[in-house]
Amino acid sequence: MLGLLRAAYLLKGVWAILAALLVGSVLIWLGQSNPIEAYAALFSGAFFEYHGFATTLVKMSPILLAGLAVAVPLRAGLFNIGAEGQIYLGALFATWAALYLPEPLPGWLHIIICSLAGMIGGGLWGLIPGYLKAYHNVNEVIVTLLMNYIGINLVSYFVSGPMLAKGAPYPYSDEIREALWLPYIMPNTDAHLGVVIGIVFAILLYFAFKRTSLGLSLATVGHNPAAARYAGMSVRRHIILSLAFGGALAGLAGAYEVLGLKYRLFHMFSAGYGFDGIVVALLAEGNPLLVAVAALFLGGLRSGANIMQRAVGVPTTVVEAIQGLVVIFVAASVAFRFENSYLAAAWRRRRAVEAALAVEHEAARREEAKPP
Amino acid sequence: MMMEILLDPTMLSDFLSTSLRLSIPVVFAALGGVLSERSGVYNIGLEGMMLAGAFGAAVGTFFTDLPIVGLVTGMFAGTLTAVVLAVLAVSLGVSQIVAGIAINIFSIGVTSFLSRIVFSGQANTMTLPGYKAFAIPGLASIPIIGPVLFNQDALVYLMYVTVPLLFYLLFRTSWGLNIRAVGENPRAADTAGVRVNMVRYLCVLGSGALAGLGGCYLVLSQVFLFSEHMSAGKGFIALAAIILGRWNPVGALLACLLFGLFDALQLRLQFANPEVPYQAFVILPYVVSILALVGLVGKPRPPGAVGLPYRRESK
Repeated sequence: MLGLLRAAYLLKGVWAILAALLVGSVLIWLGQSNPIEAYAALFSGAFFEYHGFATTLVKMSPILLAGLAVAVPLRAGLFNIGAEGQIYLGALFATWAALYLPEPLPGWLHIIICSLAGMIGGGLWGLIPGYLKAYHNVNEVIVTLLMNYIGINLVSYFVSGPMLAKGAPYPYSDEIREALWLPYIMPNTDAHLGVVIGIVFAILLYFAFKRTSLGLSLATVGHNPAAARYAGMSVRRHIILSLAFGGALAGLAGAYEVLGLKYRLFHMFSAGYGFDGIVVALLAEGNPLLVAVAALFLGGLRSGANIMQRAVGVPTTVVEAIQGLVVIFVAASVAFRFENSYLAAAWRRRRAVEAALAVEHEAARREEAKPP
Repeated sequence: MMMEILLDPTMLSDFLSTSLRLSIPVVFAALGGVLSERSGVYNIGLEGMMLAGAFGAAVGTFFTDLPIVGLVTGMFAGTLTAVVLAVLAVSLGVSQIVAGIAINIFSIGVTSFLSRIVFSGQANTMTLPGYKAFAIPGLASIPIIGPVLFNQDALVYLMYVTVPLLFYLLFRTSWGLNIRAVGENPRAADTAGVRVNMVRYLCVLGSGALAGLGGCYLVLSQVFLFSEHMSAGKGFIALAAIILGRWNPVGALLACLLFGLFDALQLRLQFANPEVPYQAFVILPYVVSILALVGLVGKPRPPGAVGLPYRRESK
């Protein structure tokens, strides 16, 4: 019974999602549609149809990598709200490497170079707030937030000016050559290798967090910087590295949007995947494997939203509202810990009373057993 | 080009007037942030509250054609969003940063969704009635400064009143003393009989109303319609302005005016250089915000208890 209750507390994320969907149904109802029909269209389309599921994976790829980009610094107690800008910088660097590096490189090597370029671009965008936090104690939340706008506009500038394709009707770059396109993982769909690489990173990070000294020291910096410094760890270096590595992961997400899906750099190409990354990282409480699960769910929400719009006419933006609700409820659920709950307290009192009783019984038994 | 502006009085007052107008939404949001952070609640959600305020203002004005109704509904929408922050951060004591992020994400989604329902497709074509500039007789004829400060719309004049009022409230009244005590040392304030969480609730709600007012200005004085995510990071610039202004309403105002100046400058640069894609200039105020935070002389000292939930029972 109590075990069940403990499990119910552990599944906070699920409750938060259910609560968000419930409030979301009120929004759908306000839009004069049937919430049950809408959700049925959304989830069956996103998870139980071949092409729909492929789209879910397409959306999952950047959300997963952006989620990891938030989860890594979060481990050191840092909030990376800048994944969106880092995605843009990653895409910019990757496109640059794809378009302007000399041709004769073999395709697979060039893809790796483009991916690394993307990671450098995003990493740079994470390095700056990391450096400012470490050496100037400037709030990383504000800097990463502001750098989103700089990154997005920077890409718009490049594709409207220096990188603009000849005769393009609106801002986008030249197409990258076909040898650089990421391989597909599902025939006849857009689903590309990005999601697999994202999952590999999630698994690697899971073990890195659990089993390596780096993962441990990162957590120490997050929990108790003073102790970390006393133990000889450089708090500054951890801050810079975690934000830069987070940025690199988000940059990879941006690179794969170009190499795996669009094959060009468009302005405003990311539909807020960086912010979805925050949602999944918080939903997963920073656990990389759960980030992957949460990203699958959010990717499904996004891909199903289009199907829902076609089927029952609910604007896709309802999904963004639902995501916001998920974060609100996840935030609220943090306050509800099993250890703080009334029942857990009652249980502790009961155990204490029983222990005290046992002592008394023991004393009474000894009293009786005493030889006269 | 700068020289030209500085030497020609009409151009100069034109330029300063644009700067002032562009800074107004940020000023209101920053004032809200000062109020909330002085009471010990970090308000990352200013952006979302501003956006909610803009949406509320558009809805109220859309249905009644009266900007004053829009002003009330806009401030109400901002306050309503602030309730979420108050419940999460003050009552439940969860991370104020997470709570603020949640508000921003939710606000972008819900206003985009509801605007499609309420305005059903005409959101980008309609023009709402709003506040037009009017000159204050006498004062407006002071050279250069007159047209800048005293030929503005009602919400700008409202800002002139709000800044000293908030300053007076925070630093010259016993309520203000309580607010600052709660933000510096909630336990001491509690011991002295101040109801810590009540004070924080009121400050967070007030912060939402002020940020909502910033959103109202966007709709009722600048754009005259609601567009999705029209706050465009102004709430985040306000966060930087709070730090630059050292959690003081007057300081925050000055910092916001600085950002307004750079915003006006980048608009000028856009017009002067049509061959350069305009996004190259749009980034200027954001860059200036970051540089200002880095180049800050001396170490800013935020209110002592900002970011920490208060639990009476815990040590």
